[in-house]
Amino acid sequence: MRIRTVFASLASAVALSLVTGCAQGGSAGSSGNTVTYWLWDANQLPAYEACAKDFERRNPGLNVEITQMGWDDYWTKLTASFIAGTEPDVFTDHIQKFGQFADLDVLEPLDDLGIEESDYQPGLAANWVGQDGHRYGAPKDWDTVAFFYNKKMADDAGLTAEELNDLSWNPQDGGTFEKAVARLTVDKNGKRGDEPGFDKNNVKVYGLATGGAGDGDGQTQWSPFTASAGWSYTDEQRWGTKYQYDSETFQSVVDWYFGLAKKGYLAPFADYSNNGNPANAQVASGKAAAAFDGAWMISTYYGAKGLEVGTAVTPQGPTGKRATMMNGLADSVSKNARNKTGAKKWVRYLASDACQRIVGRYGIVFPATPDGTEAAVAAYRKKGIDVTAFTEPVTDKERFTTFSFPITDYAADVLALMRPAMQDIYANDAPVSGLNQTNSQINLILGQ
Amino acid sequence: MSIASSSPPTSRGDGRLAAVFLAPALLGFLVFLLWPTLRGVYLSFTRFNLLTPAEWVGLDNYVRMVNDPIFWDSLQVTVAYVVINIGVQTVAALAIAVLLQRLTQSAVLRGIVLTPYLMSNVVAGIVWLWILDTQLGVGNEIVTALGADRIPFLADETWSIPTIALINVWRHVGYTALLLFAGLQAIPQHLYEAAKVDGAGEWRMFWRITLPLLRPVLAVVLIMTVIGSFQVFDTVAVTTMGGPANATNVLQYYIYGSAFGRFQFGYASAMSVALLIVLTAITVLQYRLTRAGRTDLG
Repeated sequence: MRIRTVFASLASAVALSLVTGCAQGGSAGSSGNTVTYWLWDANQLPAYEACAKDFERRNPGLNVEITQMGWDDYWTKLTASFIAGTEPDVFTDHIQKFGQFADLDVLEPLDDLGIEESDYQPGLAANWVGQDGHRYGAPKDWDTVAFFYNKKMADDAGLTAEELNDLSWNPQDGGTFEKAVARLTVDKNGKRGDEPGFDKNNVKVYGLATGGAGDGDGQTQWSPFTASAGWSYTDEQRWGTKYQYDSETFQSVVDWYFGLAKKGYLAPFADYSNNGNPANAQVASGKAAAAFDGAWMISTYYGAKGLEVGTAVTPQGPTGKRATMMNGLADSVSKNARNKTGAKKWVRYLASDACQRIVGRYGIVFPATPDGTEAAVAAYRKKGIDVTAFTEPVTDKERFTTFSFPITDYAADVLALMRPAMQDIYANDAPVSGLNQTNSQINLILGQ
Repeated sequence: MSIASSSPPTSRGDGRLAAVFLAPALLGFLVFLLWPTLRGVYLSFTRFNLLTPAEWVGLDNYVRMVNDPIFWDSLQVTVAYVVINIGVQTVAALAIAVLLQRLTQSAVLRGIVLTPYLMSNVVAGIVWLWILDTQLGVGNEIVTALGADRIPFLADETWSIPTIALINVWRHVGYTALLLFAGLQAIPQHLYEAAKVDGAGEWRMFWRITLPLLRPVLAVVLIMTVIGSFQVFDTVAVTTMGGPANATNVLQYYIYGSAFGRFQFGYASAMSVALLIVLTAITVLQYRLTRAGRTDLG
């Protein structure tokens, strides 16, 4: 008898600890008047906390619970939460994950929110409409890519801000862009990349920092070049069914771009490390003179100690235009959100001028509405940062072309195949023609 | 021996008591090991993305696996890792254990040997990533100070697997040494004394006494460390993420990417089953070859 009760209580104690353990592990769900909201960028947390306060004031009785976690954990945890049924009501969504989440049927349609494309910077709202014609995201912010450079090194190289802001390139000789990057490169003996006797095997300062091989998008690596050469990722602007990594244009540009590393102007692949030595660290440490990087990095570059930084627009390509990716985040509502009404209200508010102006005032990101963007530009100006290189591509369609991340099904499979393929070209000097095979594998997956 | 033979025959009450003591472990075994394993085997015959119901596809995943060059490449990378990791680690651990036994009684030293093991794998991975960074790492500052060129330890296809293997040697060698040290303690001291009287040196005593009598312990340690080694994941995940160009795409990392990156849980399960079979085969083989169940003592 006694033994049996001991056993029973033991078992129930274990079971109980299992249950409570699980519950504690994923207590992100909400109910009643709480709306749970997840985001990954710690820099943006204060801005959204301010939005939440304003939202709660406007909607008495509702309160917003914000959770922030790092990029990698964010997606792992979000996936797990969908399975465990502990997903947040609202979460920050990325266009590369959108297709997958739409496939998995975990997103709530937001057609009834009245999101008007014309209320936001061009292209931002349209990207968040799925293949079924329903809207799954409300535009939040946007970013573009520009050329960050060390001002002092540019001065030493005799390159003016005007010159750097008006570079052009072509896949044959690299144009004035390659000349400038060569000029910024200095070897151990103090010889510059464009001088006779330059030792490409003993470079002290690389003209261009490495941001890795760029996976399948090359956002801050090769995409300003492939796009200004007239290439695009897929056969359709959105939800295409064929990738075009087998295009001759694409391959010749990639060949030229990674060829800069062989010439000693672009830091080799081995110098890059996502966790240890990203492009901004190479510039901040003086190991590289310049880097292509996104608007989300502005505060980081300008905040680096002892570094005086300037920015320039991307170089003009063979099409006569300058190109940059314009990516936008959005807020999405989970299909199984516990507080769907509250969640939709919160998303509607997040996508409104009221919230986006608040976010803009923090000067860390460009909100999606024109008013929000303006507030951000003013906030940056107050900090002494000129962000024209990032905003011009959006306002000046004569000189610039902007494009989006590829939006297709099977984005994760494309990434899994393209990451090693591009690394092979950059790190191991594999021929670009190898991309033909990768591309047909990708298109096979998309066609299934 | 004498204790076992003098104990009374099993009384009827012991069965229940045993059940009580076994219950927690048994529950854990059923819930966390047996059930997930069976479910994993089942899932390997399905197409499953976690959120929609699994769909039976028979042997499709296994056919795909056999025809997947990345899988075979990944298996090769893993084996290369295990060979370097276990080879270096076992020799180093044995050396440390023998030195600990023959030269010192210091508990402090034994403690120090174990310290890297107290660090989490992820922390160790990140710290080594910084130390070995091609451009900024202090490790490469030392390399250049010695007059050599910078070495892309974790960013080059030839260097990255040996580097990761050695990082894990650094972390686990103390623990392995301590296990072997415990085995050494069981070797009767009088054997060494007798050998000394006969004029044997340390080197000879190591080969003739230490190694043969340590064999059963060494075999168990090898089986455990080989299994652990095949499951390398965290160091890869924080240092190279499988790169450059799949050079460090070890099996567990490939499985993880297929499951949690690409939502192909069926295929990932099939590869896990393959890993399970490989590990079982290796363990049985090792057990047989090293006669791990028998001792040469007494």
